[in-house]
Amino acid sequence: MSYGAWIILTGSLVGVTCGIVGCFLILRKMAMLADAISHTVLLGIVLAYLVSHSLEGIYMLVGAGIIGLLTAFLVQVLHSSGVQSDAAIGVVFTSLFAFGVILLSAFAGKVHLDVNHALMGEITFIPWNTLTVGGRDLGPSAVWMLGSVLLINLVVIVLFYKEIKISSFDPAMASAIGIPVMFIHYLLMSMVSITTVASFDSVGAILVVAMLIVPGATAYLLTDRLLVMLFISAGIGVLSAVGGYYAALAWNISISGSMASIAGLLFAITFVLSPRHGLLSKLLARRSIVAEQSS
Amino acid sequence: MWTELLLTLQDANTQWVLFGSILLGIASGVLGSFALLRKQSLIGDAMAHAALPGICLAFLLYGTKSIGWFLVGAALSGLLATYFIQAIINHSRIKEDTAIGLVLSVFFGFGIVLLTKIAQSENGNQSGLDDFIFGQAASLVGNDVKVISGVAIVLLIITFLLFKELKLFTFDRQFAKGIGLPTSFLNALLMTLIVSAVVIGLQAVGVILMAAMLITPAISARYWTDRLDRMVIVAGTIGALSGILGTILSSMASRLPTGPVIVLSATMIFLISLILAPNRGLVSKGLKLYKIRKKVARESVLQTMYDLSEEASQSDQGLSFSRDQLINRRKMAGRTLDSNLQRLKREGHLLMPSEAKWRLTGNGAKEAYDITFNNRLFEMYTMYEMKFAHLQLAANETWQYEAIPKSTLEELKQLMAVHERTPKLDPSHFEKGGKYYSSRTQSSTEKQRKKEVKSS
Repeated sequence: MSYGAWIILTGSLVGVTCGIVGCFLILRKMAMLADAISHTVLLGIVLAYLVSHSLEGIYMLVGAGIIGLLTAFLVQVLHSSGVQSDAAIGVVFTSLFAFGVILLSAFAGKVHLDVNHALMGEITFIPWNTLTVGGRDLGPSAVWMLGSVLLINLVVIVLFYKEIKISSFDPAMASAIGIPVMFIHYLLMSMVSITTVASFDSVGAILVVAMLIVPGATAYLLTDRLLVMLFISAGIGVLSAVGGYYAALAWNISISGSMASIAGLLFAITFVLSPRHGLLSKLLARRSIVAEQSS
Repeated sequence: MWTELLLTLQDANTQWVLFGSILLGIASGVLGSFALLRKQSLIGDAMAHAALPGICLAFLLYGTKSIGWFLVGAALSGLLATYFIQAIINHSRIKEDTAIGLVLSVFFGFGIVLLTKIAQSENGNQSGLDDFIFGQAASLVGNDVKVISGVAIVLLIITFLLFKELKLFTFDRQFAKGIGLPTSFLNALLMTLIVSAVVIGLQAVGVILMAAMLITPAISARYWTDRLDRMVIVAGTIGALSGILGTILSSMASRLPTGPVIVLSATMIFLISLILAPNRGLVSKGLKLYKIRKKVARESVLQTMYDLSEEASQSDQGLSFSRDQLINRRKMAGRTLDSNLQRLKREGHLLMPSEAKWRLTGNGAKEAYDITFNNRLFEMYTMYEMKFAHLQLAANETWQYEAIPKSTLEELKQLMAVHERTPKLDPSHFEKGGKYYSSRTQSSTEKQRKKEVKSS
């Protein structure tokens, strides 16, 4: 496969993986927790390196998963001790992030990660970093990592679809009929963490948030059905990735930045033009009501 | 260590950085308090991210690094971002947190795009623009600090002059509008103030950590006071303290970046507040809870003794009860029961007439009667809560019948009689040690009930 094709494939995998997980975050009003987790995985990655002394994907996934859960847990603890939820998120993620940055600069010589790279990602280097098993080149390791995370996420969603759905739309009812709401919450948080860390290399910590939130929000304006929303969101994720790649190629700009910008553009178009929830259709509907009343 | 500290502090550059961090800490603490109380803590985070494209555009248009133009660019794009967030919330079904995250990440992504454009523009001056993302307090020069301090002082003066208006607006927007305050102007002003604080902070602590400077001192201050004017002062002080601590700590160790250390200092102060603050802190809350539990356990043992005695007296049985009878009557942990029984015995409220049997003493009966009376009145209150809504009991207030107005108390007593919940066993009886059966109370209750039934 060519160099560009690998980048497009990686970007699309990021789009699909983030797009699907993002839908649940939006429905559960936890978008900012995704923002928080995508910052704190930095700490997870640094700690994983310091413990394992390797930059293997699997250690990163475990480290990020643990720190992601820790973030969600600390926010929960602070919230239940009376801190309002947005402030709880703010305090937790900034502290863990600050700690991560300090560790990173303290061990800067040894860790092969610079903050710049961690935050902005470097999708252009992805095709060079390949996975070799038994002397055979199997393609970029990022593709393998994103692919397995996507697979894990899909398996979890298929297995717990009903539970996640009910607890997303009606947590009170979910706990009344015996669904372990807390378990589902942390399950989702682990999905967010591993998704973030897998996408981290390609689009960087902060832009993962764009890929997590924007496609889901766009899909939310286009449909009322969860399953349809998941598919639309994944589709928009892929569209942003591919569009972002070509836009970046055309103007010679940051690929991850242009992916986020394209996603934002798609959202803006949907926000205005969506058939049922768009600005324009609402305006038209209001006008026709006014016309009816006056006639 | 102290000489080292003194040496560091004599360094002119450190003094500048210290001065800048202190003023920055005060300004962000003060403005963060307003953001926190309006439940918009994360707006600071959003604005810090959204400032990036503005800064880049200012750089692209102006050509060189100029903190003044950066300020203008950042303020404009920050305000545009808040406007978008509001528009998305108002005109679609997307909720606030999603709108914030969406605008934040798209603006930041676009900022990164501009950043790469600048990097290619072959302009020798672009280096150092990265510092706006991660902050580089140690590289602040005298001129930067002058701008930071100037802006911080202007922000503080504006906040001080408009304190009353901002306070009213923060707590009751409708009311502020009602008395003719220009609320949309105040909203824009507050946002501008916050954006300005974010912008001057960017160079010192960077985008992400600036969010912390707005949130952490304010939430820590919330633990120490309930009044906005004090909260603003406390938050400013905590911000300044974090600035001092962070600057000193990072200048003493070679590889510690100043911004994150300032943030972690703020977090330490937050943890101390969370644990130790009077009234709201975890320790004082825990102590309060412990005291209440202890009191409730003691009272419930006494009331259970009374309930059992009352029942037994109706059927002419003895007034001594075993531990099992108590537990059967009211579920409680065996150990709690035992320790309370011993305690009440020491206090002279209970005695053990025979092995493993407990009996109320005269004093104990008086208190038990009082507790039972009070609790049963409360039962009546909860049964007829709508009828007694005029009492306006706050949810966390404890129910004390002495505090109830006399006429209402009579009403409650009558209801108690109707439901046969009047305590029937007179405490004075225990002193005589005999058995007790009040036929008079019984029959009057009966009559009362018949009357009630007829009238209804």
